[in-house]
Amino acid sequence: MRHLLSTADLSHAQALSILDTAEEMAAVSTREVKKLPTLRGRTVVNLFFEDSTRTRISFEAAAKRLSADVMNFSAKGSSVSKGESLKDTVQTLEAIGADAIVMRHWASGAAAQLAASDWTDCAVINAGDGTHEHPTQALLDALTLRRGWSAAQGQDPRGTDLTGMRVLIVGDILHSRVARSNIWLLRTLGADVGLVAPATLLPVGVEKWPVNVYYSLDEALGSGPEAGPDAIMMLRVQAERMGGAYFPTAAEYTRRWGLTDERLARLEAHRGAAGQRPMILHPGPMNRGVEISAAAADSPMNQVLDQVSHGVSVRMAVLHLLLSSSERNTA
Amino acid sequence: MRSTPTAATLILGALPYGEAPEDVLIAEGRIAAVGPDARIQAEQLQEVTTIEAAGLIMLPGMVDLHTHLREPGREDAETVETGSRAAAKGGFTAVHAMANSSPVADSAGVVEQVHRLGRASGWTEVYPVGAVTVGLAGERLAELGAMAESSAQVRMFSDDGMCVHNPVLMRRALEYVKTVDGFIAQHAQEPLLTEGAQMNEGDVSAVLGLPGWPAVAEESIIARDVLLAQHVGSRLHICHVSTAGSVEIIRWAKERGIDVTAEVTPHHLLLTDELVRGYDPVYKVNPPLRTGADVEALRAGLADGTIDIIGTDHAPHPTQAKECEWSAAAMGMTGLETALPVVIKTMISTGLMGWRRFAEVTSIKPAQIYRHAHQGRPLKPGEPANLILVDAGATQTVDPAGHASKGRNSPFRGMELPGAVRATFLQGHPVVLDGELNSPLSEAAARAAEQSQVQS
Amino acid sequence: MTRSPETSHVMSASDMDRALTRIAHEIVESHRGVEGLLLLGIPRRGTILARRLGERLARIDPAFDPEQAIGSLDITLYRDDLRAHGARTPEPTKIPGAGIDGATVVLVDDVLYSGRTVRAALDALQALGRPAVVRLAVLVDRGHRELPIRSDHVGKNLPTSRDERVSVLLDEVDRVPRSEEAVVIQRGRASQAGER
Ligand SMILES: [Zn+2]
Repeated sequence: MRHLLSTADLSHAQALSILDTAEEMAAVSTREVKKLPTLRGRTVVNLFFEDSTRTRISFEAAAKRLSADVMNFSAKGSSVSKGESLKDTVQTLEAIGADAIVMRHWASGAAAQLAASDWTDCAVINAGDGTHEHPTQALLDALTLRRGWSAAQGQDPRGTDLTGMRVLIVGDILHSRVARSNIWLLRTLGADVGLVAPATLLPVGVEKWPVNVYYSLDEALGSGPEAGPDAIMMLRVQAERMGGAYFPTAAEYTRRWGLTDERLARLEAHRGAAGQRPMILHPGPMNRGVEISAAAADSPMNQVLDQVSHGVSVRMAVLHLLLSSSERNTA
Repeated sequence: MRSTPTAATLILGALPYGEAPEDVLIAEGRIAAVGPDARIQAEQLQEVTTIEAAGLIMLPGMVDLHTHLREPGREDAETVETGSRAAAKGGFTAVHAMANSSPVADSAGVVEQVHRLGRASGWTEVYPVGAVTVGLAGERLAELGAMAESSAQVRMFSDDGMCVHNPVLMRRALEYVKTVDGFIAQHAQEPLLTEGAQMNEGDVSAVLGLPGWPAVAEESIIARDVLLAQHVGSRLHICHVSTAGSVEIIRWAKERGIDVTAEVTPHHLLLTDELVRGYDPVYKVNPPLRTGADVEALRAGLADGTIDIIGTDHAPHPTQAKECEWSAAAMGMTGLETALPVVIKTMISTGLMGWRRFAEVTSIKPAQIYRHAHQGRPLKPGEPANLILVDAGATQTVDPAGHASKGRNSPFRGMELPGAVRATFLQGHPVVLDGELNSPLSEAAARAAEQSQVQS
Repeated sequence: MTRSPETSHVMSASDMDRALTRIAHEIVESHRGVEGLLLLGIPRRGTILARRLGERLARIDPAFDPEQAIGSLDITLYRDDLRAHGARTPEPTKIPGAGIDGATVVLVDDVLYSGRTVRAALDALQALGRPAVVRLAVLVDRGHRELPIRSDHVGKNLPTSRDERVSVLLDEVDRVPRSEEAVVIQRGRASQAGER
């Protein structure tokens, strides 16, 4: 593995390798000395063309725990906004001696273009590109789901996948990089994936995807305690989709697709095959009262804080695996 | 060195339309003789250049109704001179320069300038296309009459790049061009359905997370416009048809007797949206690359006559316009120097059509649509000598660095394509010989030839 | 496991058995008992050898509780030569309940070569706590040290050249029958990633 651009590129073995490595990284994070010497002398650049403090801090923490040098390059409000091209920016970073570029970009495909170009030899990690993918978010979600799924079955998570797990992804699938990355990864790991959204927020051609599609959240939640999902992932609704563009009003969205108190109660009644309660995930930040009620946001079933700490572990795993195998450094 | 059209050329053993070999004598800008007469007459002449053309196919010079020459305004991307050279090398004896220059070709002044530049370059004939609306803004009609009466004698009007989307304005434009015996070439793209669109909407866009460009945005405009053309009894030409649905609508319109013609680009005959998966902006184009099923339908439509002509939509861009993020990149591909090989690959090599039909779609029909009297003519004695010699057996690997166009944005880069233009004769003068640029036609000769067209 | 003609056996299964038994006795002797002893195997073969040593220690002194006194210490994340060897998924590090503070830790590995693995293991230990004493037990010491590191307990000292490759074949990892376990040398090859 040279770059991490899309979860669609990950084989089952590669996905498990990242998750298993992340488990070890998580174990290190509980030690007194949280720092590892693994990437000493390596330079990781966080190149952010779009603000995302959460993702940047998570990558920064991951790189620092591995003893890498970290440079943050916020391309918003820098020379880039004055017309400097991606190419020039990246070549500058290359000249500075970066080994890996963690890139967040507003344009779908920017990370893939960078990896395919001859502008740099750096390992490229896609930290979210437009409405395309956000692979490390999906990996941290998968780590969270696997923890819960293996715990319910009394197993060590290492080496296991999500076979048989039923996961619903609810919300703006069309514009969601988190959803795309999750769908491919969850399928690779053997989960059953259901998408729930108004038809306006589903891509054309979704019927060919290896998922079940529901227009109704109530239908997707099923009836009876055995019918429900093992996990439900609520996507954030962007303000610009409201007001009649994709659905009539926020209130109507909440009524039909929100994780309301009533639906939370139904979820609480669900029991999985091993008697476990469903998990609630959200990539954050949550719109309380829109896609998720305050009670659901604060529910013990909600994994949002675990997701944050898993984010650091997964990003440590990815940096370790990419940077210690990066081909140009083997010479 | 500029020669005069009085210089004569004897072409030995070429295959007109790929059929039986003939000798052809070109003199004084015209085909003087075909067959045994050619050698006999050549012996009477003082100065005759002889070209051995055994095995080369002779075809009427190609006519492109859809070319972006970028001048005035974007001379960094292309000029009339460089674009004309590219056209000659590609086998085109006439090109039609779209109006989306800067300033827009929406007045007599701009179209006359482009026309003058074309005549001065002498590599191909350059006919400016006039804008339908002022500044391509789609708000009010440009001075269509003034452009028609100018020295450029514009007959073709298009806002290409933009769609004349206001139905009332489109109706008026269709009506108004009747008064100058012109026609409207529509770039069919419903703007509200394609806001921010980046690629064909379908399976690939869904995975790539790029805003989709639905086929219906093209088809709905074509459906509306064929009905408008029927209603007002005017001539409508549809630029760069790209979807299977568009082909069906045009077929339906033609069956109803509506005066509509349609064009397809070489790239839409060969490439699909699968190529976008790598996010290389060289594949970004308007209309977007569609699916394999669309490509099949376009080829079938071109073979059966539903689609009338090939138009290159040659759209050169400077390097930096393509060396950037997909969504920031410019739309368009170069096409003049690869059109012939791509059409051979997609239509001839596949057995979908022969050389007669090739001549129709690349030369005869586009000339008829514009109502040129001296282009797209039969390969017969007395006809103007606008013709090309093609080595159909050659193969070449596309290298944009070697193109005469300033644009390096060829989506065919690295592909091995069949067929090569060996010679291009513009009004009897060899502007291309041995596959390389030879010399341009002198301005005086070009003017003289144009005069003779007017008299004939 | 296919064996090429250049492969030669330097230890048989019974040689290995005897060597482990001897090392077990040496450990008890030098530590004067089993109290406060902690065996940490370095994955993957070191972990298996640590378990086998533990079985012998329990036989010598029933006070030795393998559950409480055997663990594993993965050093993947502490290596300084990953660039040369490529990334691999770390194996679990398992430290028994009492931890390493104040313990006599015996690191167990299959082959001692450059010493870089052991250096990494010492770094890893440092992140986990402060042992009283750290010792090193290896099945084979093949020489060519690159660091000032030596083994305390050795199954066999094996003179080798750098272009030879030493492999310890174990049932649990290499799928050879227990009776066919062996230490083998292959000639004319660069040392492999697993060899340290
Ligand atoms: Zn157009």
